[in-house]
Amino acid sequence: MSWMPCFLSMLSTLVLGVSVPPGALDCWVFLSCLEVLQRIEGCCDRAQIDSNIAHTVGLWSYATEKLKSLGYLCGLVSEKGPNSEDLNRTVDLLAGLGAERPETANTAQSPYKKLKEALSSVEAFEKHYLDLSHATIEMYTSIGRIRSAKFVGKDLAEFYMRKKSPQKAEVYLQGALKNYLAEGWALPLTHTRKQLAECQKHLGQIENYLQTSSLLAGDRHLTEDEREHFCREILSFARRQTGSPGHKIVLPMHSFAQLRDLHFTPSNAVVHVGGVVSVEITVCSQMPVPVPVEQVAINVHFSIEQNSYRKTAEWLTRHKTANGMVSFPAETSPFPTSRNSLPALELYEMLERSPSDNSLNTTGIICKNVHMLLRRQESGASLETSAGVTLEDGAHVLKCTDVTLEPGPNTITFQTQAKEPGTYTLRQLCASVGPVWFVLPHIYPLVQYDVYSQEPQLHVEPLADSLLAGIPQKVKFTITTGHYTVKNGDSLQLSNVEAMLILCHEENRAVIYSNTREKASDASLRVQSSDKVTSISLPAAPAYHVIEFELEVLSLPSAPAAGGESIGLGMTEPHGKHEDTQKAGQRMATMDHKVSIDCPWSIYSTVIALTFSMPFRTTHSLLSAGTRKYVQVCVQNLSELDFQLSDSHLVDTGESTDLQLIPLNTESEQRAHSRQAVFFVWELKWTREPPPSLHCRFSVGFCPASEERLSVSLKPYTCEFQVENFFTLYNVKAEISPPPGVEHCRTGALCSLEVSITRLSDLLEVDKDEALTESDEYFSTKLMYEVVDNSSNWAVCGKSSGVISMPVAAQATHRVHMEVMPLFAGYLPLPDVRLFKYLPHHSAHSSQLDADSWIENDSLSVDKHVDDQLDGGSVQSRGSVRTAAGSEHKGLPMPRLRALPPGQAFNASAGTQVLVIPSRDDHVLEVSVT
Amino acid sequence: MAVCVAVIAKENYPLYIRSVPAENELKFHYMVHTSLDVVDEKISAMGKALVDQRELYLGLLYPTEDYKVYGYVTNSKVKFVMVVDSSNTALRDNEIRSMFRKLHNSYTDVMCNPFYNPGDRIQSSLQINTDLTSACHRGASQRSFHVRVFQTCSWELPVSPHTAPEGLLVAGPSMAW
Repeated sequence: MSWMPCFLSMLSTLVLGVSVPPGALDCWVFLSCLEVLQRIEGCCDRAQIDSNIAHTVGLWSYATEKLKSLGYLCGLVSEKGPNSEDLNRTVDLLAGLGAERPETANTAQSPYKKLKEALSSVEAFEKHYLDLSHATIEMYTSIGRIRSAKFVGKDLAEFYMRKKSPQKAEVYLQGALKNYLAEGWALPLTHTRKQLAECQKHLGQIENYLQTSSLLAGDRHLTEDEREHFCREILSFARRQTGSPGHKIVLPMHSFAQLRDLHFTPSNAVVHVGGVVSVEITVCSQMPVPVPVEQVAINVHFSIEQNSYRKTAEWLTRHKTANGMVSFPAETSPFPTSRNSLPALELYEMLERSPSDNSLNTTGIICKNVHMLLRRQESGASLETSAGVTLEDGAHVLKCTDVTLEPGPNTITFQTQAKEPGTYTLRQLCASVGPVWFVLPHIYPLVQYDVYSQEPQLHVEPLADSLLAGIPQKVKFTITTGHYTVKNGDSLQLSNVEAMLILCHEENRAVIYSNTREKASDASLRVQSSDKVTSISLPAAPAYHVIEFELEVLSLPSAPAAGGESIGLGMTEPHGKHEDTQKAGQRMATMDHKVSIDCPWSIYSTVIALTFSMPFRTTHSLLSAGTRKYVQVCVQNLSELDFQLSDSHLVDTGESTDLQLIPLNTESEQRAHSRQAVFFVWELKWTREPPPSLHCRFSVGFCPASEERLSVSLKPYTCEFQVENFFTLYNVKAEISPPPGVEHCRTGALCSLEVSITRLSDLLEVDKDEALTESDEYFSTKLMYEVVDNSSNWAVCGKSSGVISMPVAAQATHRVHMEVMPLFAGYLPLPDVRLFKYLPHHSAHSSQLDADSWIENDSLSVDKHVDDQLDGGSVQSRGSVRTAAGSEHKGLPMPRLRALPPGQAFNASAGTQVLVIPSRDDHVLEVSVT
Repeated sequence: MAVCVAVIAKENYPLYIRSVPAENELKFHYMVHTSLDVVDEKISAMGKALVDQRELYLGLLYPTEDYKVYGYVTNSKVKFVMVVDSSNTALRDNEIRSMFRKLHNSYTDVMCNPFYNPGDRIQSSLQINTDLTSACHRGASQRSFHVRVFQTCSWELPVSPHTAPEGLLVAGPSMAW
């Protein structure tokens, strides 16, 4: 049966060429179609026909169409029936048909008879036309050609409308409309909707008619006149109904106007209790003419939010949105449905780690809105949701009355005063035109504003990064008034701290800012100080404002409890040690001052801790030159500021009269630049035997170099320290001499090293320790010497260390002879000679053992030499030492070594160099330059 | 000699539909929409065929008195529907095929445009029909979809049915006027 389209095509082709009176062709086509269909029915059985509906339905549809046009032509579809002209035309057509052919003349039903009957009366036409139409629709529906069925149905609806039976037409129109809407065909949709509007008007379905009218009034496919007509329909209805209030007609808003954007003032949509929030919305009116709207309202839902963080002043100031603008997606015409109605995929990265070793187990992507995307597409849900729109009744409504919405964008501003703290969510937007309410049921994305109530707060913070002790520093006070109104006479009561002063100036000014950080006013501040309390009288400020002022505080410069690290620097290796300490202490020592403040709004005190940093750090060292002693104090400026130092003093707190500290500092004023150090030196002189330790207090006045005049007198910086064992007991002198007969030392040739250790004083208080032995009024102490060459310039041949028994008497000298070999040529520094106190084991107490355990570790290596030396040396009581060291290395206490304090041993040959010339037969010449 | 060209998305909403003359736009919209029934039928009929063997051209969808409606479906189920005047007998299947193929190429060009979101309406730079002829002369340098389409479909104004040759053989029931 695939010939059917060809047949149809042929029919239409033939028809084109013939010139005949109007209607004649239609008659011919109608008859042809029916004849063909009848033939088919005659030669095929039912099942065959059913299976070939797809091919025959075209003919049915064609025949229906032709009959319809004949009906219209002959006036059979009008309400009044045919007029005389129509009748004339009918007669002409019937005559043109001629006589029925003999082969069908006798049958009860033939296409010829059907046509003739249909054209003869209005009722008969209706019957035949409906028969054909219904048959066609049924056939189309049965083979799934819904669109075609709807199209025929629309013709049928048109017919019913002509026949003034809109209730029958409505079903077909609604069916077609739904189809076009679902598939997004704008032009057929508009056309059908227009027909439906007429139908609804006839039926008196006011609500539906108004809704359809509003859709049509906003339809851009219609002409301006048509749109205006439908708009006026709504307006005139609204005007008519104003007399009888009570009944509301609720319509969806999207056809009437669209919400474009929304803007809050303040822009972060957070406002304090009593503040004013305004909402500015832009609504795009779809109507072709200006529409007077009695009231535009936004329904607001109020909820008390538990998480109150959003409503604090911090949040307010930190979270300033760019402009507070919320844009709503432009509601495109409701099609294409399948694409735009679906939300965008919300994809997130997912990483799953194993709980044991935190290694990556799984990775993937999660779609968080699956429930939205995989929802079944409700086929039944009507797309024009008129029934779904309900008017919400809320206690909180933002209103705006008597607005005229011009076509296009309109701006409407709502204002309200915030009352209760909580979150307010904008839910519905509605506009009323008389009894007609246009409602936007959900405002999405979610729009909220927050109302907060805040407790008054006081913040005190330094103006700079850190506060420096000793000089006036500015501290900023910030009072957030919150719900409290600061009255005249309210004051802050600060409890005074001994070590911190609050400096009162003549002129103190406070600035009052509004909640949005705009300067509101400026007022003077009165600060009164008594010995215990400082009272600051605040200027009057309204609620939800900020008062800011600055005060100067001065913390007394006291050296931190730990004091300057008392590093006694000896002559031996001053440079290395100095570098170490510099690395260790670059941070400033700090001290905290706690101030308790009584605020007028609270019965509790606010305690505020201010941390001050000492700008200086001092280190001291003892320097020796033979028996002369010097105390050096190094003041390091750790801050970023430059200071002027003056009036440096070093006093002995022991008050001993026989000690004298003579300053060697030439300048009375010195500048300590940022991150630089200044040194002060005193010579220590004594007349009688000096005490074993010296207590010193160092003080220096300082002020910031940038400020010449200061209103307050500043306290000097002081620090105390102790110098111990400063008196030189031993003089160690090393000398290297070339082999006899040679003028200079040569590399590779043995030279003699002579070390002489000289006792400089008689028995002193400091000598009385375990190492001291007495025999026959003759005192001696045990010392250990060690020759070490760290720079590997010398090879020490034989024993490099040994224990000697030193008589405790002035000018007692012990000489040690050793052989060393220079390894390099050049001016070589002498090897170091170190001197230790050698303490016997039996006097060691367990507690002391712990304290000196570091020596014990060292002594293991030393022990061997000690033994060797003991064998050859003439040392008393050697037996006991040997048993301890030789047989019981572990477990039992061993002889201990204690380094002599650097002040007690003076290395007279420090810095001395010896010229070594290269040996003649050396092939490789090595020159060491130091 | 196309009178109406439509590009229809997979979901059956029109991506592009244009008819000339514009007065009868609505009629063509209905016609193209109704033809989707046949397109759907044809697609489901050949649905089982292998992709590479599938014929994209669907052939004549259905004839009406004055027009013939042809269909074409891309592999992504985008449909092209073209309405041609029935009186133009010169248009054979081959010409229709090649017109569709060119239309397909133009559509591919549009899809290649990085600024085009698949599924959006295809915008034509030509707003009024009077622009058409001049635009056609400006030629391919202006790569607008519209121009391409109507060049492809060898646009001409439809010939009135009365200018068709006379003396055709009329078969069917006898008629006397």
